Amino acid sequence: MWNYTDKVKEHFFNPKNAGALDEANAVGEVGSITCGDALKLMMKVNPDSKVIEDAKFQTFGCGSAIASSSALTEMIIGKTVDEALAVTNRDIAEYLGGLPPEKMHCSVMGAEALRAAIADFKGEEWVDDHEEGELVCKCFGIDAAMIERAVTVNSLTTLEEVTHYTKAGGSCQTCHEKIEEVLEAVLAKTGALAPPKPHAPGTVGLDAIKPLAPKAEAAPAKLTNVQRMQKIMVAIEELRPQIQRDGGDVELVDIDGKDIYVRLTGACSGCSQSAGTMMGVQAKLVEALGEFVRVKPASLLPVGA
Amino acid sequence: MTANNLQKGIYLDNNATTRVDPEVLAEMLPLFTEQFGNPSSMHGFGAAVGGKIEWARKQVQALLGAAHDSEIVFTSGGTESDNTAILSVLEAYPKKKSIVTSVVEHPAVLALCDYLEKKRGYTVHRIGVDNRGNLDLDAYEAALGPDVAIVSIMWANNETGTIFPIEELAQLAKAAGAVFHTDAVQAVGKIPMTLATSAVDMLSLSGHKLHAPKGIGALYVKRGLRFRPMLRGGHQERSRRAGTENAPGIVGLGAAAQLALMHMTDENTRVRALRDKLEQAILAAVPNCFVTGNPANRLPNTCNVAFEYIEGEAILLLLNEAGIAASSGSACTSGSLEPSHVMRAMGVPYTAAHGATRFSLSRETTEEEIDRVIAVVPGIIAKLRSLSPYWSQAGAPKEFAPVYS
Repeated sequence: MWNYTDKVKEHFFNPKNAGALDEANAVGEVGSITCGDALKLMMKVNPDSKVIEDAKFQTFGCGSAIASSSALTEMIIGKTVDEALAVTNRDIAEYLGGLPPEKMHCSVMGAEALRAAIADFKGEEWVDDHEEGELVCKCFGIDAAMIERAVTVNSLTTLEEVTHYTKAGGSCQTCHEKIEEVLEAVLAKTGALAPPKPHAPGTVGLDAIKPLAPKAEAAPAKLTNVQRMQKIMVAIEELRPQIQRDGGDVELVDIDGKDIYVRLTGACSGCSQSAGTMMGVQAKLVEALGEFVRVKPASLLPVGA
Repeated sequence: MTANNLQKGIYLDNNATTRVDPEVLAEMLPLFTEQFGNPSSMHGFGAAVGGKIEWARKQVQALLGAAHDSEIVFTSGGTESDNTAILSVLEAYPKKKSIVTSVVEHPAVLALCDYLEKKRGYTVHRIGVDNRGNLDLDAYEAALGPDVAIVSIMWANNETGTIFPIEELAQLAKAAGAVFHTDAVQAVGKIPMTLATSAVDMLSLSGHKLHAPKGIGALYVKRGLRFRPMLRGGHQERSRRAGTENAPGIVGLGAAAQLALMHMTDENTRVRALRDKLEQAILAAVPNCFVTGNPANRLPNTCNVAFEYIEGEAILLLLNEAGIAASSGSACTSGSLEPSHVMRAMGVPYTAAHGATRFSLSRETTEEEIDRVIAVVPGIIAKLRSLSPYWSQAGAPKEFAPVYS
């Protein structure tokens, strides 16, 4: 079972704007039944203001294809065609709270249908737009221009990602070399050295959804038991002159994990300030070790330890 | 069955896996607690378990109609049995370099054959099927020859339930000097078998398809057949499958085999009738759909209907919302981009292959459940068709020829 977000389920079980739109003056049709998904986007655009007043869809495809289509219509109604042109597949996926990586091609189909519909409205021949784009994947009819767009918008870097987003190369695999060429060309153009943008959201792989939290600073190398003991001994040695000035003394008795047992002697024994002295020892040891420890009087040492 | 049971969901995906029968579970439980011994041990703890394993072996022998209980080797399941069978024969007959199989096998056979072809230099003959899923017998006979080490053909197809003429195929293989193996994971427990008088040399079965747990299966190896183990180690299973026995699983499989034999008639009468009722009702209520595979020769529990112009994953999601579990040959459900290899092999047009939906029943299926499915399916199909650009309001497919950008 796919891990669909609640938003995807909502748009699948109760799609918005499904059906035919008779007064449509902008229609985009992409996909095919062979591919396993197809989308017909119908828009009613105000010829003067260029505002998309209504939009409907008909989709053949899986749950995420239907949800992507429904989301697309919701996103574009009320926008002008030029504003709508700025909508990318990534925006559709984000609107849905993310799609599984294998299903990102559904959002791409939505974005492509939108471009096709706008081209139809402007009286452009949609296929002309792509004459220069070489047909890369013959199985799914994907050309270089579409792969380039998907790579650019979604910051794709691998062949596998291109397949997830566009389906290209998902069948006979003979076009894998061509896809890699397109991918390399785009990466070279965008500057491979530029830091990669975070991936478009996907519900699979949490790191693909959120930018990674800043990594905690590298933890200090763990001390060996001997190193740790030496640090404790040195720290106590450093404290002794101060305590001796008050006529007392401190000695290390035992170390038991986080519990460090010390004995206060001389003027300290029975001194009303000895608790404060113990606190001081503890603070010093915590600072020296970089970890939390408890300093306890040797009298609390477990019997038989 | 009560309404309460319907609320738990209607499970019609028994070709994927079945529920462990409560009687099977009851037989298994002591093996986790009191009877935990290792059957290889000399003490009483071990001996008690050893006795149960031999009892289980006899139950599986009876279900298969095998001549000897020692012909049953317990494994971890269908995939291990298939791999063991094919690799054993290739090792036992090192001079023969060809394998014959079919295009509609389970990946446990197909992927192994692809690997052997690519990496080990074997020649693999994959026999095609017609549009009803029947094996091309002429091509099969033509592929058999002195170089063929093993033939591996499934008894019944998991997607369509179509049954292959196993005895005939096995005899042809025998005449050509090849070992005959069959992946009978879907057939065991649903079709009566008498391997004692059969030309079948090896047979794979899986526990979780017949109400035993997952992780247990068996390989039938006819007495006298050369055998090379895949797992080496201890002397378990007469050194044919090393590793301490999965005693609870084996006892569970034994109990499940006993129950399957008892319910064989029910499976072929009541369950078959329910399947037929479901299928006829769907065909009558839903336009533009058809049964895939060979309706005249198939498993009694399986029904695969291809709904045109809609996509299988969407069907399954809506069925699931209605509490019905089924399965699909659609590309989208598996994460691959192509519809199932079985649908493509039968030449089912893409307009329908994406919408192929499998309902697989079991002896636990009730008439009330089937009635509920019959009531729900037409609405689901109509809803998705209303969304489909290939389906016009008039209720028939319409012209729609999009370009892919």
